Amino acid sequence: MITFDGVSKLYGETKAVDGLSLAVQPGEMLMLIGASGSGKSTALKLANRLEDCSMGTIRLDGDDIGRMQVETLRRRMGYAIQSVGLFPHWTVARNIATVPRLLGWPRAKILDRIRELLVLVQLDPDPDRIAERFPHQLSGGQQQRVGVARALAADPDVLLMDEPFGALDPITRGVLQTELLRIHRRTGKTIMFVTHDVNEALTLGTRIALLDRGRLVQVGTPLELLTMPATAFVREFLGGDDYGLKLLAVEPVSSRVRAGEIAPGAPVAGSVSLRHALSEMVSRRTDCLAVVDGAGVPLGVVRLTDLIRA
Amino acid sequence: MQALLLAVAVTGATSLGFVGHAKNRLLSGAPVGFGGAAEMSGAVAPVLLVAASGLVLAVVPVLRRPASYWLVPPAAGGVIAGLSWIAGRCADAFAASSPAMARTSLGAGYWLVVACALLAVADAAGRLRLRALPALLAGAVAVLPLAVLIAAGATDQLSIMREYVGQRAAFLAALLRHAELVVSAIIPAALIGIPLGIAAHRRERTARIVFPALNIVQTIPSLALFGLLLAPLSRLAEAVPTLGRIGIGGVGPAPAVIALVLYALLPIVRNTAAGLASVPAGVREAARAMGMSRRQALWQVEAPLALPLVLAGVRIAAVQAVGLASVAALIGAGGLGAIMFQGLFADALDLVLLGAVPVVLLAIVVDGLMKALAAASQPAPA
Amino acid sequence: MRIGRVLRDPLPWLAAALVALAAGMTSLRPLFAILFPDLQWPVYDQDSFLALLAAHVWLVAVSSGLAVVVGVAAGVFVTRPAGRDFRFLFDTLFAASQTIPPVAVLALMVPILGYDARPAVIALMLYGLLPVAQNTVAGLESVPAALTQAAHGMGMTGSQTLVHLELPLAAGAIVAGIRTCVIVNTGTATIASTAGVKTLGLPIIVGLAGGNIAYVVQGAILVGLLAVVLDFGFDRLEFLLQAGGRTRQRDGSGP
Repeated sequence: MITFDGVSKLYGETKAVDGLSLAVQPGEMLMLIGASGSGKSTALKLANRLEDCSMGTIRLDGDDIGRMQVETLRRRMGYAIQSVGLFPHWTVARNIATVPRLLGWPRAKILDRIRELLVLVQLDPDPDRIAERFPHQLSGGQQQRVGVARALAADPDVLLMDEPFGALDPITRGVLQTELLRIHRRTGKTIMFVTHDVNEALTLGTRIALLDRGRLVQVGTPLELLTMPATAFVREFLGGDDYGLKLLAVEPVSSRVRAGEIAPGAPVAGSVSLRHALSEMVSRRTDCLAVVDGAGVPLGVVRLTDLIRA
Repeated sequence: MQALLLAVAVTGATSLGFVGHAKNRLLSGAPVGFGGAAEMSGAVAPVLLVAASGLVLAVVPVLRRPASYWLVPPAAGGVIAGLSWIAGRCADAFAASSPAMARTSLGAGYWLVVACALLAVADAAGRLRLRALPALLAGAVAVLPLAVLIAAGATDQLSIMREYVGQRAAFLAALLRHAELVVSAIIPAALIGIPLGIAAHRRERTARIVFPALNIVQTIPSLALFGLLLAPLSRLAEAVPTLGRIGIGGVGPAPAVIALVLYALLPIVRNTAAGLASVPAGVREAARAMGMSRRQALWQVEAPLALPLVLAGVRIAAVQAVGLASVAALIGAGGLGAIMFQGLFADALDLVLLGAVPVVLLAIVVDGLMKALAAASQPAPA
Repeated sequence: MRIGRVLRDPLPWLAAALVALAAGMTSLRPLFAILFPDLQWPVYDQDSFLALLAAHVWLVAVSSGLAVVVGVAAGVFVTRPAGRDFRFLFDTLFAASQTIPPVAVLALMVPILGYDARPAVIALMLYGLLPVAQNTVAGLESVPAALTQAAHGMGMTGSQTLVHLELPLAAGAIVAGIRTCVIVNTGTATIASTAGVKTLGLPIIVGLAGGNIAYVVQGAILVGLLAVVLDFGFDRLEFLLQAGGRTRQRDGSGP
């Protein structure tokens, strides 16, 4: 969907992005992670030409974005940032309608789309009430939901997100992360997501691309990066004190369940992570949990020893 | 604190001359105290009005009930009207028994009490947290009874009114000319200043030239700037006679308007640039990232958000222009300043007041109207 | 190179030009005779320009000095607990007087107090009070409460806190207010000549009255130069006071 081909961005003598070659697959959520100054935000801004490449080409569906009219390009992409950037002088509805209006959609279509999006981001059972409010009347979490809705409004091919949940409290952040996963599953959009929070990347990402000083160090699934780090840097960055727990976090219980056995106590869903299962075992002081599927049908059990199996 | 106002008012009223009576315009008058004036006026009603209103004004701060401050504007109106009534009747009494050239003018005591009353109204407006338009209306309420009195002719024999009657046509012409000067300066200043402010905001280099230049202009005393423009303009008029015929020449409104435009530029340019700079960075980034062109982003997002500061700049420029236009009278541009300076040269305080008071009122009205306009342009209550 | 920097600084040059021009205006008679051939008296010579300049500066200095004393005192008073009640009055007074042009104050003073320097000084002082007092209040209020609390906590008395902490921190704002006061007064003093006070405005007024544009230009250039020199001087002073490293904004307005 989006390909970076030997892309570099220079500010004077400094290379903010250095020879980046990366292919973002359609429908995936690609997390760009790295330390401050690693070039991840810059790389994102190159994708919608908020910054222009010094070297290399970026292609959207095969077309060189450097050749397109910049406004046309941006209207095909959704953009959500940490400070949300909702326009304070417009209502929520008018904010969401920004790009559709720029594209000249008919009024009825815009109104329908607004309603549809507000339901999608789960803002208030009665979307019409929220629609007429102004940004300053909403909480931080609500504002960010509107930001996501606004980014999705014109049904873009790609969604670019730059640390959108960074300014929120941990609880709201967790809720919105779950929301985003749900929305991603529903809409199947291609998402490029920049974050410095490793846990966020591991939770949300289909694939993760780790950058260091403008260079791509490794790209792969969360499990790949955790279990097969290409360099010591990758291992350190992703690992840290709770490396083992992170490993557990990226696998669901259903991958280690022993079918046919039964165990006492409240069951856990097969879709939760092994880390969640470990936490349950510790708090219940047991080494065995019953597992059920989404409909409540028993799948088997998972044992403490299964967690440390290869 | 309001007690202080009251104390000042009462001491002023009793110790300073309330009205002054003189044989003619050139001599300074013999002061007549409040008691004497009240006696001369020969009617009880105005005295009662003043006493009652004064009592209300004295009692309100003691009550410590915020709502009671609503009584202040009408009470102040009562004081002002009552005092003016007494002064008017006193003047009538004098006029009946003195030669035609004699004049009865309002003394320092009167003005002091009126000033205190108006201050009390402004203070009450502040305590009630009134916005621009309601505050203006409160002021109007305080002045309305006086206006009625004047219309009814109760103050006709006071010297200031006689000056007005004598100068009525000139006064109206001056008022109109003053307003003309201000308007014909502010509009071009806005048309030039706002784009200049946008440019200064966009490019550092432009700002580095524009702001120091405008600062220097602002520093130059108005009379000097008027004077400096006279010379080249009169030369121009000599060289190109057609300009002289359409009114652009050395003496007259042309140098004044040009200077007023120059003075008005700094507040407008500075506030436009500041207004644009006040748009949050995230908002600006979002606008561009969503695919708005520079012009769309400016018109749809940045301009509405910068508007309050821009309007404030125009307001500051307008109020400043009202004051500066008074000086323009010295170079023959006309306006209320002409009446003020006429009074100054003739040592006729009433004439000066006839010029100065309308200038102040005009400035207050312009300020209030523009504040109301700015408030009306705001999208939603915070 | 210190000398190089001093030489490139416009301020001393402008000041020197001002004094030189004032002293030597009469020697420029031939120049003005050429520029204004139809005038019989091309150079104002009823008073020495240098004397007028001195008188103008004296008038501004005295009135501004008085305004500073009263204005700073008023500003300090209103920000102390004792004066809190007067804050309302203060705000309304000064908001109201924003709309009164300085000319009006002058024009009203003169018929009441007479035709000499005294009413002019009073009028200028009254009008100069505004910016000084307002800026004093703004400056004092911008001192973070945490700092004053720390000072009290360390055992400093109210007046010690004021003198050693608050006033120094507010100095920048106060000087900005004095600057506005001085510049406005310079302008109003020019108009005081209509009441016969000897200032640089006198040639302008006399010139306007008699149709002598040369007089007008001479007076205007001198007073304009004076104002610019004073403004640059204060700008330099404010810069020196901002040792705290706060930045000036592009439009020349400071914190």
